[in-house]
Amino acid sequence: MFDLTPDEWIAIRLSIRIAIVATAVALPFGIAVAWVLARKDFWGKSLLGGLVHLPLVLPPVVTGYLLLITFGRRGPAGAFLADNFGIVFSFRWTGAALACGVMAFPLLVRAIRLSFEAIDRRLEDAAGTLGASPFRVFLTITMPLALPGIIAGMVLCFAKALGEFGATITFVSNIPGETQTISAAIYTLTQVPGGDAAAFRLVVVAIVISLAALIASEWFARRAGMRYHGD
Amino acid sequence: MLAVDIEKRLGDFAIKVAFESTGGVTALFGSSGSGKTSVVNMVAGLIKPDRGRIALDDQVLFDSHARVNMAAHRRRIGYVFQEGRLFPHLSVAANLDYGRRMSRLPRDEAEQRRIVELLDMGHLLDRRPGRLSGGERQRVAVGRALLMRPRLLLLDEPLASLDSARKREILPYLVRLRDEAKVPMVYVSHNPGELRRIAETVVWLDGGRVMKSGGLELLDQADLDAL
Repeated sequence: MFDLTPDEWIAIRLSIRIAIVATAVALPFGIAVAWVLARKDFWGKSLLGGLVHLPLVLPPVVTGYLLLITFGRRGPAGAFLADNFGIVFSFRWTGAALACGVMAFPLLVRAIRLSFEAIDRRLEDAAGTLGASPFRVFLTITMPLALPGIIAGMVLCFAKALGEFGATITFVSNIPGETQTISAAIYTLTQVPGGDAAAFRLVVVAIVISLAALIASEWFARRAGMRYHGD
Repeated sequence: MLAVDIEKRLGDFAIKVAFESTGGVTALFGSSGSGKTSVVNMVAGLIKPDRGRIALDDQVLFDSHARVNMAAHRRRIGYVFQEGRLFPHLSVAANLDYGRRMSRLPRDEAEQRRIVELLDMGHLLDRRPGRLSGGERQRVAVGRALLMRPRLLLLDEPLASLDSARKREILPYLVRLRDEAKVPMVYVSHNPGELRRIAETVVWLDGGRVMKSGGLELLDQADLDAL
């Protein structure tokens, strides 16, 4: 009963690859945006916050459609990237990673922003008086202290990317071996007669991967948290 | 020599302070809310004065006319905070070494050993700040500020968060520091008894102004005023 077919393995591997790439690429942007939102006051700050959180409240189909007309082959950003850097999103797994990254971005930013806001800024002042430039303060004090929140944000981002469905299928469709993730494969299997057993196997796989990610993040966060209190 | 002549508005509170410190230990004395901490924060570069000038030896740290405002991390001024502010994710040894690393100073084992011995911290080096007592924490904070080889050491109520037994434990270290380390200090406190042990000159702040400045005899008058 639990022998996964080659097609199912392809969908699983693809999902994991898409989720990892989406998280890795989103992370530096997420840290930068979270830092700006946590620490800076500027005109248009609430607009930036709103834009970042938009994928959380918009129907995923709308986000997917906006990605399609922006990053599709004839979209302004899509054409530019394809012509100048050879990066193509439409109907490719890279497009799925982009859609997943955009959809998961608010969760990533939110977790990291909260951990930046929780840091005692007086420690950063103290580091400054000890000769650390603002950038080195960020690297040696702010980032290590925010690490549990950054890890939590990455796991949320990974889990969201793994399960993303609506924006992905709208933007890059549901092509086996290229853009068909676990979610899309389950959806397809539930639409055909006799697909229940296969769908069930993928459901179990999705639960196992998500649980493993959660447990791993707990473990990392506890290790990072221990460094504040233990020897 | 430290020369301070600054003005700063903080909400309803106005600070207008001028004083000079010619080495040794200068006390910034006054009740809470007299503006002592704000003044040392301006010397350290953590707050920017509205107007005025701050100079250390022959270097201008701040001058509103010349539009000079040196960043805190370039001032080489050690700062011991009331609450220690040790970095919780670093060991005591890494906390002590932080200023040297960030100021890009060469490693100096002899100096490090001397300070560790002076403040009696040898047995604490592998611990995290979370496992230190209040007194140990303040000693490490003093050591950390000294090991960046500051041109001036600011101490803002370094004993205020400690009970009187801990105060008696630390004060001798600070006196030793004054006699051995040869770093000029500005010592903020509202406690005349503490200042009598450590300070040489006194600047008395009240309501954001310098009320008097002079020798330790000012503290006797403070005692009388308190009666």
